[in-house]
Amino acid sequence: MNTFEAVRIVAAREIRVKLRDKTFLFSTIFFLLFSVGATVLPALLADGASTVAVTGTAPAAVTAAGLDVRTVADEAAARAQVRDGEVDAALLGDGTVVALTDAPSDLVNALSTRPTVELLDPSAVDDTLLVLVPMFFGLIFFFVSLMFGLQIAQSVTEEKQTRVVEILVASVPVRVLLAGKVLAGTVLAFGQIALIAVVALAGMRIAGGDSGLLTLLGPAIAWFLPFFLIGFVMLAALWAAVGALVNRQEDLSGASMPVQMVVLLPFFAVTMFSGDPAVMKVLSYVPFSAPTAMPVRLFQGDAAGWEPVASLVLLAAATVAVLFVGARLYEGSLLRSNGRTSMAAAWRDREARRLADLETESA
Amino acid sequence: MTKVLRLHAVSRRFEDRQVLDEVSFDVTAGRMTGFVGANGAGKTTSMRIIMGVLAPDSGEVTWDGSRLTREVRRRVGYMPEERGLYPKMTVRDQLVYLGRLHGLGRDAVRRNGEELIEWLSLGERANDPLEKLSLGNQQRAQIAAALIHDPDILVLDEPFSGLDPIAVDTVVEVLRDRTKRGVPVLFSSHQLDVVERLCDDLVVIAGGRIRAAGARGQLRAQHTLPRYTLTVDGDAGWLRDHPGVHLIDLDGAHAVFELDPAADDQQVLQAALSRGPVRAFGPVTPSLTEIFREVAQ
Repeated sequence: MNTFEAVRIVAAREIRVKLRDKTFLFSTIFFLLFSVGATVLPALLADGASTVAVTGTAPAAVTAAGLDVRTVADEAAARAQVRDGEVDAALLGDGTVVALTDAPSDLVNALSTRPTVELLDPSAVDDTLLVLVPMFFGLIFFFVSLMFGLQIAQSVTEEKQTRVVEILVASVPVRVLLAGKVLAGTVLAFGQIALIAVVALAGMRIAGGDSGLLTLLGPAIAWFLPFFLIGFVMLAALWAAVGALVNRQEDLSGASMPVQMVVLLPFFAVTMFSGDPAVMKVLSYVPFSAPTAMPVRLFQGDAAGWEPVASLVLLAAATVAVLFVGARLYEGSLLRSNGRTSMAAAWRDREARRLADLETESA
Repeated sequence: MTKVLRLHAVSRRFEDRQVLDEVSFDVTAGRMTGFVGANGAGKTTSMRIIMGVLAPDSGEVTWDGSRLTREVRRRVGYMPEERGLYPKMTVRDQLVYLGRLHGLGRDAVRRNGEELIEWLSLGERANDPLEKLSLGNQQRAQIAAALIHDPDILVLDEPFSGLDPIAVDTVVEVLRDRTKRGVPVLFSSHQLDVVERLCDDLVVIAGGRIRAAGARGQLRAQHTLPRYTLTVDGDAGWLRDHPGVHLIDLDGAHAVFELDPAADDQQVLQAALSRGPVRAFGPVTPSLTEIFREVAQ
């Protein structure tokens, strides 16, 4: 059995267990419904053209606006239809608009005269989306990496708590276990993200909404995937390491605090400063916030073509470094069975190194 | 030549505590080696070092003359001290997983798994998550996990704790079957009566040092005092005046005595026979508990 095969077996178990886990299944369904809802529902729920009851012939402006015009006998009939909810509004002979609670804006707009507006620097997308999209990327990355990260940590702690780890390390190297767990967590998290991305993009296409939005959001989502992939691997190594520090699930939330912060702070930073190009530029290169900040900048049209590539390379380099640190902490704490191991003690622990040295000496 | 799992002067220190001090002993193929010692004597640490879960500070562990590598350890069946399997995984799934991780192919794993499940009477529970099983059945599952890959060597830390007498017999039968196939079995136990019944060889550890090691019979002989027991029909009080005899205990027809090295036990027997029928006569062999108490002091 080679190393790759061993990693595959470890990862396969993690995935099998997770696919039978109700929490995982529910969260996947929830996120899918959420993305369907966020993209398809607004289009479905958007009101069609209002129905208008008119007493005489409808003014040209009203028909031109595509409103659903119904001719009624007199003013009383028009009012009655409004009251019964048959029509959204009535347009009386003297130009009065009658409606139940508020006048349909399409009718009012059709009847109003508006000045010509000329914008010198038009925003590509509307303001609501400029707030919502960063929030969306932030939330997805935050929740998915927190959820799957925590599960990696729990799975590590479970093995330590039940001592099954002693049976495992007798047959496979500690790093194989780590690699298998990181791989499984990444496959599951990335699978979920990719599914959400596909559903969101498909939803937007089906809803047929703003095609301009799709052109902007498409590349941002496409870039988000590799950023998420590498960013998650980086975090996964840290989650596995904190999972190995403790002996009991109950101690996990305390021990994982630093990693939780590493996920939480970038989320807040990106959502809070999404309107500040200077801060966002910095955030889009900091490895922990890059996975969300760079796609947001791409969406906002603020990033040059080479920027996501540079940021991704930086993220990959950071990931290699973090993997090294995570692996050392994991090795240094996994087999310590008495109580909680501090990060410093895990970093200094040389048990795994000595075992590995013995192994190479004998080989 | 018979293969031997051997610890050569293995030492290990945890911070300022010397847990193992030049520990050496053999576990011979085809034999059950009982490993006894008080809590904290170093049994678990020794086993963890054998399994490569801990590194020795000095000394080494060899199998058939060469140092244990992971390749060899993958062929060892191990049962850790504090029981551990995945609580939420079914018995069958864990067996398959552990078997695969030990390098067995899919088919072999299934075959071995079914065989063990049947042998250990886990059939009805095989598709239940481990945590739903009774403690005794969890223990059986643990034993199945140690045997799933048809190991060449068995290292079992307290395999009998938590088992009822019937389950003990089942496990003993399974282990005997392995030793018949030439597998060396090292097992630790607090239950000296089980060790007494089961082991071929015995290793006694105390304070991180090996106090006694060897074949059970040989250890018994070594620790047998020149002590005899005699039961006659009449009163055995005459022994008091017999040359070379030091009475330890006298209870009418029954006596326990020690004999001077120069004295001949057969002469004592003849003297007894000349006085009447002899119902029992022989050397007193110490129980394992007595040997253990003596050497572990």
